[in-house]
Amino acid sequence: MEVTQVLLNAQSIDGAVRKNAEESLKQFQEQNLPGFLLVLSGELVNEEKPVETRKLAGLILKNALDAKDQQRKVELVQRWLLLDGNAKSQIKAGLLKTLTSPVSDARSTASQVIAKVAGIELPHKQWPELIGSLLSNVHQLPAHAKQATLETLGYLCEEVSPDVVDQDQVNKILTAVVQGMSSSEVNIDVRLAATRALYNALGFAQANFSNDMERDYLMRVVCEATQSPDVRIRQAAFECLVSISSTYYEKLAPYIQDIFNITAKAVREDEEPVALQAVEFWSSICDEEIDILEEYGGDFTGDSNIPCFYFIKQAIPALVPMLLETLLKQEEDQDQDEGAWNIAMAGGTCLGLVARTVGDDIVPLVVPFIEENITKPDWRQREAATYAFGSILEGPSPEKLIPLVNVALTFMLTALTKDPNSHVKDTTAWTLGRIFEFLHGSAVDTPIITQANCQQIITVLLQSMKDTPNVAEKACGALYFLAQGYEEVGPSSPLTPFFQEIVQSLLTVTHREDARESRLRTAAYETLNEVVRCSTEETAPLVLQLVPVITMELHNTLEGQKLSSDEKEKQSELQGLLCGCLQVIIQKLGSSESTKYAFMQYADQIMGLFLKVFACRSATVHEEAMLAIGALAYATGPDFAKYMPEFYKYLEMGLQNFEEYQVCAVTVGVVGDICRALEEKIVPYCDGIMTQLLKNLSSNQLHRSVKPPMFSCFGDIALAVGEYFEKYLMWAMSALQSAAELSTHTAGDDELIEYINTLRNGILEAYSGIFQGFKNSPKTQLLIPYAPHILQFLDGIYMEKDMDDVVMKTAIGVLGDLADTLGSHAASLIQQSVSSKDFLNECLSSEDLMIKESAEWAKLAITRAISV
Amino acid sequence: MAPHDLRRPFKRAAISDQQKRRDLSLLRQAQNRRDAQQQARCLASSILSLQSSAPESEPEQSDIEIETEHDSEDLSKDLDVRRVSKLRGPEVRKWFARQLMLPEWMIDVPDRLSQDWYVLARPAGKRCFVVSSNGTTVSRQRNGSILHYFPSALPAGAKTRDGSGSAQSYCILDCIFHESDQTYYVIDMVCWNGYSLYDCTAEFRFYWLNSKLEESGACNVPSHYHKFRFSAVPVYNCDQTGLYAAYSGAVPYVKDGLLFYNKHAHYQSGNTPLVLVWKDENCSQYVIDTDGKGEIPSQQQVVLELQDDGKLVTSDDPPVLFCCLDGDIIEKSGLQSGNLLRFAIGDGGLSFVDGKLENADLIYLGKSNRARAFADSYSKVIFQFMVRHSPLKIDDLLASINSPDDQEKIPSDIEMVG
Repeated sequence: MEVTQVLLNAQSIDGAVRKNAEESLKQFQEQNLPGFLLVLSGELVNEEKPVETRKLAGLILKNALDAKDQQRKVELVQRWLLLDGNAKSQIKAGLLKTLTSPVSDARSTASQVIAKVAGIELPHKQWPELIGSLLSNVHQLPAHAKQATLETLGYLCEEVSPDVVDQDQVNKILTAVVQGMSSSEVNIDVRLAATRALYNALGFAQANFSNDMERDYLMRVVCEATQSPDVRIRQAAFECLVSISSTYYEKLAPYIQDIFNITAKAVREDEEPVALQAVEFWSSICDEEIDILEEYGGDFTGDSNIPCFYFIKQAIPALVPMLLETLLKQEEDQDQDEGAWNIAMAGGTCLGLVARTVGDDIVPLVVPFIEENITKPDWRQREAATYAFGSILEGPSPEKLIPLVNVALTFMLTALTKDPNSHVKDTTAWTLGRIFEFLHGSAVDTPIITQANCQQIITVLLQSMKDTPNVAEKACGALYFLAQGYEEVGPSSPLTPFFQEIVQSLLTVTHREDARESRLRTAAYETLNEVVRCSTEETAPLVLQLVPVITMELHNTLEGQKLSSDEKEKQSELQGLLCGCLQVIIQKLGSSESTKYAFMQYADQIMGLFLKVFACRSATVHEEAMLAIGALAYATGPDFAKYMPEFYKYLEMGLQNFEEYQVCAVTVGVVGDICRALEEKIVPYCDGIMTQLLKNLSSNQLHRSVKPPMFSCFGDIALAVGEYFEKYLMWAMSALQSAAELSTHTAGDDELIEYINTLRNGILEAYSGIFQGFKNSPKTQLLIPYAPHILQFLDGIYMEKDMDDVVMKTAIGVLGDLADTLGSHAASLIQQSVSSKDFLNECLSSEDLMIKESAEWAKLAITRAISV
Repeated sequence: MAPHDLRRPFKRAAISDQQKRRDLSLLRQAQNRRDAQQQARCLASSILSLQSSAPESEPEQSDIEIETEHDSEDLSKDLDVRRVSKLRGPEVRKWFARQLMLPEWMIDVPDRLSQDWYVLARPAGKRCFVVSSNGTTVSRQRNGSILHYFPSALPAGAKTRDGSGSAQSYCILDCIFHESDQTYYVIDMVCWNGYSLYDCTAEFRFYWLNSKLEESGACNVPSHYHKFRFSAVPVYNCDQTGLYAAYSGAVPYVKDGLLFYNKHAHYQSGNTPLVLVWKDENCSQYVIDTDGKGEIPSQQQVVLELQDDGKLVTSDDPPVLFCCLDGDIIEKSGLQSGNLLRFAIGDGGLSFVDGKLENADLIYLGKSNRARAFADSYSKVIFQFMVRHSPLKIDDLLASINSPDDQEKIPSDIEMVG
């Protein structure tokens, strides 16, 4: 095969030629993989070949080493590791040689492929000479090869994890990179490549950042690079600073003053891409300090790893004025451009983070700016003042803010209706939303919304919903938080007199021609949802009246036929909003007996529509419809059985949806709802459901977050069907047992520990359900063989001392369920377990009422079991 | 290597409403699961505490025989029914299945029928317990499963705005749900408005039923706060007129036989000879038992429970022995103690000695439908056997009332002792 020609053909504009070429490449690969990869690397290294075929050859090589899909990626890695050693050596040699090519595209492609190979081989201790030979290149080669080598080091650091590279090699990499960045390097491209490489290599520099001299040197080089004449280098250098701010926060103290000066200059004078990175540095420092302060409640007792250095608190006298200046640099029409991101937006966002970090201290620094600008004729000043106000509403105390808000509220309401500038109105509506979000609700002592101004506020917001889509969207948002503030208001809500009008206005918004702009329609439905969620019994009849209205809307989406893919997407989005709204309504009306029965008259019709929504798609189920069905099943109870014959196939489809794991997770939750609704009437569907659940659990393709709820679901099924669960007992127990073994010990970061606890909770809920389900059946003895393992699991997680309160409660409950169901059969086993003594005592004296309650149950059941 | 994107959310709430909907759903589901677990345990706790007061009860065979412990039990029985009525789970179903008073089949005519007994035409439908409390009403079928969960005009049966659902008031009614007119026909009253009628005679219970049900508004047409209509069933003294009226009088429902209540009997859970059922083709569509397909099998079928020692018994207390299964057979067929098994009665039929069952020609058919909670009672098997061979007729009943000395009328070819 003449590979060059085939590669050229594969890029032909003639579809048939292209297809043919792709087919022969595929055949070649299938017949002789090592040969195929060798030929590709030969093409890439060959200076006589056209640049397009060299690039494509490199790209195909890269794709033979890595894939987005996790499963496929694992396969490719295995395939490469098993490939003939000679072929691999030749390929790698070719790749390294390509780094010295005069053709920039060939070099760059080779860099990426080398990093992919390194990503596979270095963790297996293969290709040990790679880093050495790259580094030796750096010192000798012409500038273009040096640039490619540094770029390769950068990709390599991105690809492999720091623990597979020796500190000695890390040192050498950093030395080479820093040399490439330094002023002694005359070639700009080399310096840029080195600066970008450093960004990726920072994660490898833990030891170096702990060494004062090395750290000083690294920081100096980075700061110098921020002053480079080349804008790309300056930008890359600031990116390094941003990364350092989060990775090495605790090492920054000696440099923070210099960094402030550098960033302030960049924010005021440099080009926007650089200025944005400079602002981001401070946002990132805020993120760090907010995390630290949240975790330790501001009360630093010395037992944390990272203390708070209060960089922001110290910087605000200069930092806040700098950020306020940026607010005046708005772009025209940025409020209507959803993709916009500019210095004014970044500055305002950072100001908001600063407010969250320092609280009250920011208020006196911002108020003069607001007062000075809010009435100016230039819209930029009015908008900047409003935005500054909106930004500082989260963080400072209500005592500090409420007096300001009380003064500003009337002004804001006027601005929202009368300001001639749409951008100002947009920000004003957003600011009102922030006021309601943070300063209105049962948690705030002095209400800012009173009988005197409530009517006016609502009138203005409803009026603004007729404004341009972006303003209307913010008005909906403000109403959302206004409603939310009345969530726990009691039997009578101040919104009751306006309920009908609010709902009507929101429905009108959803029908606007331009409702798809600025996500206006979504915002309107979301607000409607919140208004319903926060409604009281007084307005229940009005919520009920909403049912046929939304149902009709959903019905209308099913009218169209032969839709284009774009129309289909719109249809699906709208169906999602309507199903979401129905879900909220069902949940609301279903939560009280009297409204539930009134609602039930619509149940058949609604379920019919949900099924039709499912039928609109061929392969996937609609997540929102699934969620809504869960709520419907809960409200309907045993009568839901009549929908099962038709609904079942979609339930199965949802459980099979690995790609959209959220859909799968939601469906698993719905199975639980249906179990509780149908009880033993779910039996005919159990074979299918259990098969699918067991299949999912054994798959490594499914997102791990879905597995714990699947175990809980075993418990739901067992509790519903009782001893009929016998059929699945062996399989379920074996899946539970292996998961239990894995989850006894935790080792890893907080995120993993949190996951392990979720998993434990799922497993324990399954055991509880199974024990309770089998209780008093003649088949109870089938559970006896599993008791030792379950008690061992309880003892194991107790001894690990890292379970959270939820797991503790579930675990001690399982002990009770085991004792209750197995009784005297398990008496001696129970008495031997640690759980029945130390763990139980610990739970009995817990301050958590739920834990205590479960423990008392366990104690009663154990006493009973061992007394017989 | 391209510059990295540093865009942050702008003028956006931190959490989307969709995520909020998901989270709230998960929260509700977790809450419901906790409730379900909690209820299962709460029931167990209350039953455990009841059991521990009883002298001998083995937890592993605790089929919750609360009804066997008299006197002290009766005080708390209505409380338990009320507490448990809204709970879910297999154990609850089992418990409930044992709470209804179950008539024996009339295989001979009792003494003093016209003096001591009432008669009523039994509506065809689903027998259930209806419990109203705390603003809701729940109906439970004979196998314990929930039939409806609804608001009703019974005291404490709905959350109405006048707040009538007070905590102390509740009702427990013994009903038959008649599908075609969606009506609950009340055939007995166990508790009314917080007042327990367990220990009252049938005479008093029926008097109370007829005077209270109507005035509660429960017999009104359905509305928002009253989903199903309730109706009392006409009860007659079992004299000739009464019996004839029950047998052939017009009623708004489909009849399924006649029920006879002994006037002096208290409400008692489980099978009792103080309530009897009788039927023939004129007053019931289902005189001879049908199989799963609704057809009358050529041979009579019976469901019996397999005990530990291989004995096959009826659901009576104490159980009546029909025959014994070989240990070998049990092992091979994978049957377990407690299984309900279906048999046909072969040509050898049933034979009796001194009024006691001596021999039964049983042919094994298989395990029974899992919806079954109990084996057949002895009286049912015999009634069905008689229906196929020599039925007790309405004339026999009428004749027994006519005869001055109320002599027992015994079907000629089978010797019986009740």
